[in-house]
Formats: sequence, C-alpha cells, structure tokens
Amino acid sequence: MSADMTSTPTFRSIPKPARRTFGKWFATTGWRHLIGVALCIYAAFPLLYVLSASLNPEGTLLSSNGFFSTIGLQSYIDLFHNEQRPYAAWFANTLFIGLTTAVASVFLGALAAYSFSRMRFTGRRVGLVSLLVVQIFPQLLAVVAIFILLTSLGDVFPALGIDNQIALIMVYLGGALGVNTYLMYGFFNTVPVEIDEAAKIDGASHARIFFTMILRLVAPILAVVGLLSFISSTSDFVLASVVLVSPEKQTLAVGLYSYVSEEFTSNWSVFAAGAVLAALPVMALFLFLQKYIVGGLTAGAGK
Amino acid sequence: MTAPEAPPNSTEDPKRKLSPAAQRFAHASSTSLGSTLIKIILVALVDATALFAIFTAIGREAWLIASVIAVITVVINVVYFKKGWLPAKYLLPGTIFLLIFQVFVIGYTGYIAFTNYGSGHNSDKADAVSSLLQSNQERVAGSPGYPVTMYNGADGLAMVIERDGQQLLGDVDDAFAPVDPASLENYTQLKFADLLGRQEEVTSLKVALSDDPAEGTLRTSDGRTAYQYTSSLSYDSNADTMTDQKTGTVYKDTGVGAFTAEDGSQLMPGWSINVGFDNFTRAFTDSSIRGALFSVTVWTFAFAFLSVASTFFLGLFLAIVFNDMRMRGRKIYRVISILPYAFPAFLGGLVWAGMLNKDFGFVNQVLFGGAEIPWLTDPWLAKFAVLWVNLWLGFPYMFLVCTGALQSIPQELSEAATIDGAKPLQIFRLIKLPLLLVSVAPLLISSFAFNFNNFNIIYMLTEGGPRLEDAGLNVGATDILISLVYKVAFVGSQRDYGLASAFSIIIFVIVAIISIISFKQTKALEELN
Repeated sequence: MSADMTSTPTFRSIPKPARRTFGKWFATTGWRHLIGVALCIYAAFPLLYVLSASLNPEGTLLSSNGFFSTIGLQSYIDLFHNEQRPYAAWFANTLFIGLTTAVASVFLGALAAYSFSRMRFTGRRVGLVSLLVVQIFPQLLAVVAIFILLTSLGDVFPALGIDNQIALIMVYLGGALGVNTYLMYGFFNTVPVEIDEAAKIDGASHARIFFTMILRLVAPILAVVGLLSFISSTSDFVLASVVLVSPEKQTLAVGLYSYVSEEFTSNWSVFAAGAVLAALPVMALFLFLQKYIVGGLTAGAGK
Repeated sequence: MTAPEAPPNSTEDPKRKLSPAAQRFAHASSTSLGSTLIKIILVALVDATALFAIFTAIGREAWLIASVIAVITVVINVVYFKKGWLPAKYLLPGTIFLLIFQVFVIGYTGYIAFTNYGSGHNSDKADAVSSLLQSNQERVAGSPGYPVTMYNGADGLAMVIERDGQQLLGDVDDAFAPVDPASLENYTQLKFADLLGRQEEVTSLKVALSDDPAEGTLRTSDGRTAYQYTSSLSYDSNADTMTDQKTGTVYKDTGVGAFTAEDGSQLMPGWSINVGFDNFTRAFTDSSIRGALFSVTVWTFAFAFLSVASTFFLGLFLAIVFNDMRMRGRKIYRVISILPYAFPAFLGGLVWAGMLNKDFGFVNQVLFGGAEIPWLTDPWLAKFAVLWVNLWLGFPYMFLVCTGALQSIPQELSEAATIDGAKPLQIFRLIKLPLLLVSVAPLLISSFAFNFNNFNIIYMLTEGGPRLEDAGLNVGATDILISLVYKVAFVGSQRDYGLASAFSIIIFVIVAIISIISFKQTKALEELN
C-alpha cells in the first residue's frame, strides 16, 4: 500500500498508535475514513433530502432544494386531509395486505416443507422438482392472465374480483409459495429427524409434532420468510395497481405513485411526507433486525 | 434417505402392558379427539362456503367456475377424511393456491397470447352484438310516449310503465317484466325533487323493452315520459350481418373479431377470437414492433448484468476497505450505508425521479448550478440514471454479503501465504477472490434474475421513457421486458392483452433457456434428495 514499506524490515515490532504521524495514520486507516465519508454522503443524502422536502411548507419541487432552510409540518397535515388520496387508508391497507400475506404464506409454506422434509411418498421427488421449475417463472409475467381471471371471478363473486384486497392476497399467496417452500425445505432438513422420531415413540401425533415442536425449531426461517414476503407484497406495484382500482382500497406503492405521476412538481412536499412516514417503520425494523436479516439475506436474495 | 415413515400407531402394541397412567397419556395424545373435532369443523366451514359459492355460480350461469369449485371441494373432503394420505393433507392447501394463481395463470397467458383480447375485443360475440345495438340508438320517429314512474331499488334506478292494465318494471340489467304491486314495496318512488337531484342518472338510464335487443330501449329525459329508442343498426342473425339502416352499409363477420364492411371499416366493439400465431408474427415481423422488442430485450440483459456488476464491485470494494480491524468507526459507516437498502425500493425510484428532474430537481439546480441536463429524458442519460439509482439501492446488499464472505475466509490462509512471500494483492487475487466468488456466485445469479424483472425501479424512475420515436408501441428507451408487457396491457387507451401475453410467453421462453443453461452448470437438480 505504501512505498516506504519495502525499506523497513518485515519483522519490525508493531508501531504504537499514539506515536504515529498523520502520514502513517492516513496510509493505514485514514484513507478508509475518506472513502467512508464519501460513502455516507452517497448513501444518506437522498434520504436527508426527502426528510427536508417533507418539512418544507411551501411544497413544490423547486422550493425543496433549499436544504432544511424552512421547517414546518404543513405537508404532514395536508397528507391526512386529502380526500382523493386517502393516505391513512393506504397505510392501513398496506399493513393488512402485507401482514396477512406474510402470515398465510409462512403457514402454507411450512406445511408443504414439513411434508417434503419429513415424509417419504411417491411423487415427492416429482413434487420438489416441479416446485423448483414453477418458481423459475415469475408470476409477475402472467399479470394479464391474472387480471382477466380476476375479472371473470369478480362477475360471480365480487369478493374475489378486481378491486378487492382478498383477491390480491390470494394472488400473492400463489406466487410466493414455490420460493418459500424451497427456502423452508432446506432449513427443515437441518433439524434432526431423530427429534420427530423420539416424539413419535412417545406417542405424539404428526400434527402435534408439527405445531408444537417443528414450528418452534424452525422459527428463524419462518421469520425470514415472513419478512421477505411482507417486504415483497408491500412493495409490489404491478399486481396491486392492476387489481386495486379505487383509491380507498389501494396500497402505499400504488397511491404514492399516483401522487407523483399527477401534478408532479406541486405536490412534492406532501409526497415526501408520505414517503417518510411509509419508510420509517420499514427502516426501523431493518435496523432493529439488522443482525438477523444479514444472515437471512444470503438465503433469499432480493434487490 | 431417512427411515421410511412409520404408521402413527405402530408403536402401540396391544399385547404389551402399560401402566394406567402411561395408557391414559398414550390414549390422549394419539387419538386426539380435539384435533379431529377441529378438523371436522374446518372442513365443514370449507364445505359450507363452497356450497354457497357453487349455488351463486350456478345462479350466474358460470358453469366452469361452479365445476372447478366442486372439484376442489371434493378433493379437500376426500384428502382430509381418508385415513392415511398424510403428505397430501399437508400439501393440499398450498397446492390449491399454487395451481390456480401460478400454474393456471401461466397456462392461461399462453391461451390469451393466441387471441386478440384487448381494447374493443374483450367479450364474446353475443355481448358485442347487444352492445352495438345499445350504443347506436336513436328515437323511433313518431313513436308515442310512455307515461313512466321512476323507482329506486336495491339495484339502482328502475322504470315502471303500464301496458294492458299491467305494471311492468325494468332496470339497467333487466328488461321490462310484469311486477305485482306487492313487490313494488321494496322500491321507493322518486319524488320531483329526487328527479331533479338525480337528473343525470335518470336521463342516462336505458331499459330494454324486451329480451330481443332489436326492439330497443326506453329512455326518459324528465322522469315522466319515456320514448322508445332503437338502434340505427339492425342485426340479421341468419345471415350474421349488421346493417346500418341509414347508409345501407352491410357489415359482415369476416373472422377478424369485429363486423367489417367491404371497405374495411369496422364496428366497435368487436369480440375476442382466436388469432393463431398472429401476435407472435406481429412481434417478429412488424418492423415497428420487432425493433422495439429487440432493443428492449438487449437493454433488459444489459440492465440486469450491469446492475449486478456495478453493485457487486462497489460492494466488494467497500467490503475490502472496511474489513480492516485497525479502523475505528466501522460500525457507524456500515449502519449508514445499509440505509438505502432498508428504504423501500419503489420510494427510492420516486425520490430520485424528483432529484433528477430536469427543470426543478436538486441535482440540476444545486449540484450543477441551474444546468438543464436531461437526466431522465435523454435515452442514454436515462439509462445511466436508472443504473445509478439501482446502484444506490443495491450496493448495501452486496456490501453486506461480501463482508460476510470475506470474514468467513480463514485468516490462516492469508497468514500462510504471507509467510510464503505473497504480496497483499496476490493474496487477494489468488486466494480470497476465488473463495469469495464460490460463496457469492449463487447470490449474483439470483440478483441477476431479480433485476431481470425489476419493474419498480424502471417504472418509478422513468416510466420506461423517453419514448422510442420509431416504435409502433408505447415503448421507451429504458423499458425492460416486464415493463413492456405492463405498458402494452394496462397503460394508455389502446390495451392489447393478446400482444402483451405473447411478449410474456417470449420472456418465459428466454427465462427457461437461461435456467436450463444455469441448471446444467450447477446441477442443482441432482442435489435434491
């Protein structure tokens, strides 16, 4: 790294940090701090910009460029008093859809993973292979077919048709199952089968083994899969924008997009306020669970 | 390769004597009356719901839906009440969702790709005929007025007229039919003030005189007198032609999904028909579509590859820089740099779209001192902007992953190499990097797959724009395949579901080819046991 290293003997004792000159310090760790500061600006600046824009009471895109020059909460108040764009409803809808999808898909995936991991039956290998093949094809690409299917279902059962959140959740459940089962299957296999067998000898039924023992032992993967499906269903735009039509039923992704796509520059501050409120819980959760997520990331890649 | 499943009761040997306490315990846990009860209640709930749904579907004459629900219900009952079949009991709930909303819709996409489904072609022929007859209506010249009273019912407004001393009621869905005065009590008559208040609704109401669309409809402008309106078109069901009464033009069903005159003019709406390979032929031979499809495909691969490469190299670089134990404050840098990853991706796109705005955005106004750089409206700058924002969103992930991979490489390896006289750069290039790539490669592949269909970043930042001038479709320079499908099917006034599905099928084929190649490489299938 530094040219003068060649002249010094390699077995020299480690220099004491207190006596280091600035040049030495810079050569070893100082330049890293320089990169670190540049990195922090790149990473955090857009976030600070949204925050300052949301606190800018004048509200337009141009006036948001004055970084924290004016501060006021008017945009946050406006955000909740817009009848065409019911932010509070979007927020509640997003939570409802995300949580329901997460819980249900974890449960369905765990059921399937349990049977693949613990039971031996004809068609098991075929089942595993077809799961693998099915999850290659993203459900997103079938969005036209999903739209037409829901339109015709909705003619018969309005609760399962276009503009209904239950319908959207069912679509998400179908799309996530392949990947989820796969992730869980791998983790279930790491739980020793002897535990099941011991319980079986003690007379526990399969349902009891599954609900009271296995589910607890695989809790980490349940959390990871739940979090992944929560994030993917709350940030989905394609399916949500096609299925949910009326503003009071939409999710944050669809709603906030409509904020920006219409009257882009004049609504900027209110949009920024909405973005800050939408991002805060997710970011808080992320930083809080950082350690676990980093481990889980390697299991299911996203972004 | 674990032991085969043992039947649940195999451990119970009737000849063996158990202590009373053990017997009670074994009994309680193996028969589990409670769980049987829960099962029965759950299945009964499913059955009740299904029965209701089947009757509703039959009532609406949706035979296919009714029979699918019936089949699913029978399967559920058989699986859960039959002894044994344990795996099926666990697999069934998920399989139902998977089959309908993943497997079926992919197959259905294949079917739609062979139709002309879309704007003007989204129903069957009978619907098209009745909607044509409804839409081109004019008042029958010299026809008498019908005295009419307006009522408000559960299905909206209804009209009541008197014919031959009998009251007839009809609304927007149902033609006039005799109604007995008793059931009229379910309706409330509109008073004069109501008529004024709901004038628009009243004047737009059309009630069919009978089930024959040729007889036309009754409409009223004041809520008191209604007149008969008939279509200027007349439908001859034997010859299967539409005739315009005024001009005398005859429109025939020529097999293109709409009534077509000899001069090629068509009556809209038409209906959806099977068009064979038309959509695919259009995609590959129509030069205005082919060019767009080709450039979108190339950009999709470039975008996915460059996204992975840029995020990986920045992430790897940062991981190396911050992987020095002597450095203080590494944790703070790491927490701040993870922030973009925690920020929801769709919001990231929207925020950057504001910052990169040409006229008012922060980047142009503040950083470039008021320059008007078209970040999002110039084809190449927009591509650069998309990659730049995706780098911002994605590098923390690679940073975390690479840090983890670097730290899991045993320290002894580099120590041993140092002793053997290797330079730090050699250690990195020859020892650490290969080891790192082995553990990170699968993540790079899945990151590629993710970015291949990364709709949000494209659509939120540029909406796929700027639009390609010479394309016959609504396609832009930064559109990737998935956003192309979305825009052809759902954006703008001309929606072409058939063509969009054909694009989907083309993408499926591309994805399948890539997967087959990568499977051959990784032999993932062989690892299944």
